[in-house]
Amino acid sequence: MRYLNEIVNKKINEVLKGDQDAFEEIVTLFQHRLYHLCYRMLGNAQEAEDIAQEAFVRAYMNIHSFDQKRKFSTWIYRIATNLCIDRIRKKKPDYYLDAEVPGTEGLDMYSQLAAAGELPEDEVVKMETQERIQYEINRLPDKYRSVIILRYIEELPLQEIADVLEMPLGTVKTRVHRGREALRKQIGTM
Amino acid sequence: MNTCSEQIIQSMHAYLDGELSREEERILKEHLGRCTDCQKLMDELAEPLALFKNTVPVRAPEGFVNGVMARLPKEKSQAGFQRWLRNHPLLSAAALFFILMSASLLSSYDNDQQFSVTKQPNLIVEGETVIVPEGEVVKGNVVVKNGALRVEGEVDGDVTVIHGSKYMASTAVVTGKSEEIDEVFDWLWYKLKNMLKDVMPSTGKQDD
Ligand SMILES: [Zn+2]
Repeated sequence: MRYLNEIVNKKINEVLKGDQDAFEEIVTLFQHRLYHLCYRMLGNAQEAEDIAQEAFVRAYMNIHSFDQKRKFSTWIYRIATNLCIDRIRKKKPDYYLDAEVPGTEGLDMYSQLAAAGELPEDEVVKMETQERIQYEINRLPDKYRSVIILRYIEELPLQEIADVLEMPLGTVKTRVHRGREALRKQIGTM
Repeated sequence: MNTCSEQIIQSMHAYLDGELSREEERILKEHLGRCTDCQKLMDELAEPLALFKNTVPVRAPEGFVNGVMARLPKEKSQAGFQRWLRNHPLLSAAALFFILMSASLLSSYDNDQQFSVTKQPNLIVEGETVIVPEGEVVKGNVVVKNGALRVEGEVDGDVTVIHGSKYMASTAVVTGKSEEIDEVFDWLWYKLKNMLKDVMPSTGKQDD
């Protein structure tokens, strides 16, 4: 990991000196991880490609503000996660967002509506594993989706998730807990 | 519905986060061993995580990297650059000079050794000599690179000879400026002025 950081920082310094081509190597190193993150967040290949590419473009334009003492992956994950969240928000009407309904333990109105449109159980059972994983992620309320993806798909430590999302560690833990509860209710016994 | 204490449920989450001490874990396992409700809850919490363990990473599509490179802005920030020029008028000329001294421009100087001339219909070109014929009026700026220019008629515009020679006949008329550029430094200065002309007109107005 340390070795990777050194390579990345070397490339970043070349970019800072105006060598645009050096950025290509950074993109090559992180393309699959970033694309996969966006793919899981958005559940759509085309949007994932667009947003992941946009994340690299933003990173390039703000490369001077990257603190080389930190991990580049954390920084680019943050950019990508924020872009994904923006994209998800733009896709739905404002009034659904985060409107908590009393007694639903953190499930917002959107997820309830989404749940109302969920597939019949026998359809879900027939799903192939990868499809099923995405289906369950898509049904998660926005608030928990990013933490659950970062924790269980990307397998990041909790502290790193806190760094990516710029949240206190305690908030991340709470969201992971609530996210697991939401998943439990969604899936029930398989 | 689970009737056990919130503390037990919290410790299930702590266990899943890998944050239980050996002793706490022993207490939890002991409870799960004798409480089917909690064991069921624990299984339900762990099941989705087991599903996620099977996630197969999806790879970025072909051409992803090229796509990013094509989307990058050509220059870092035109607006920022212009703002910098405004704020540092004295440094800007020096900085531009160093930019111009960069390898790419010097190499373009080296590659710029071929004869060339602006295209006006009544210019006569003989080998590497360009003639403005007597009695003719050539409209627009005339630039000759790596060649000779003989002005016998009239040029309605500027005359620039880069790395070459110029002969003005007694009948010659040049309505604009007349310049000869011979050395690398002069050549760079000529490029610099052209570049400033490109940059400066927009620096007068606000860009944001
Ligand atoms: Zn119990």
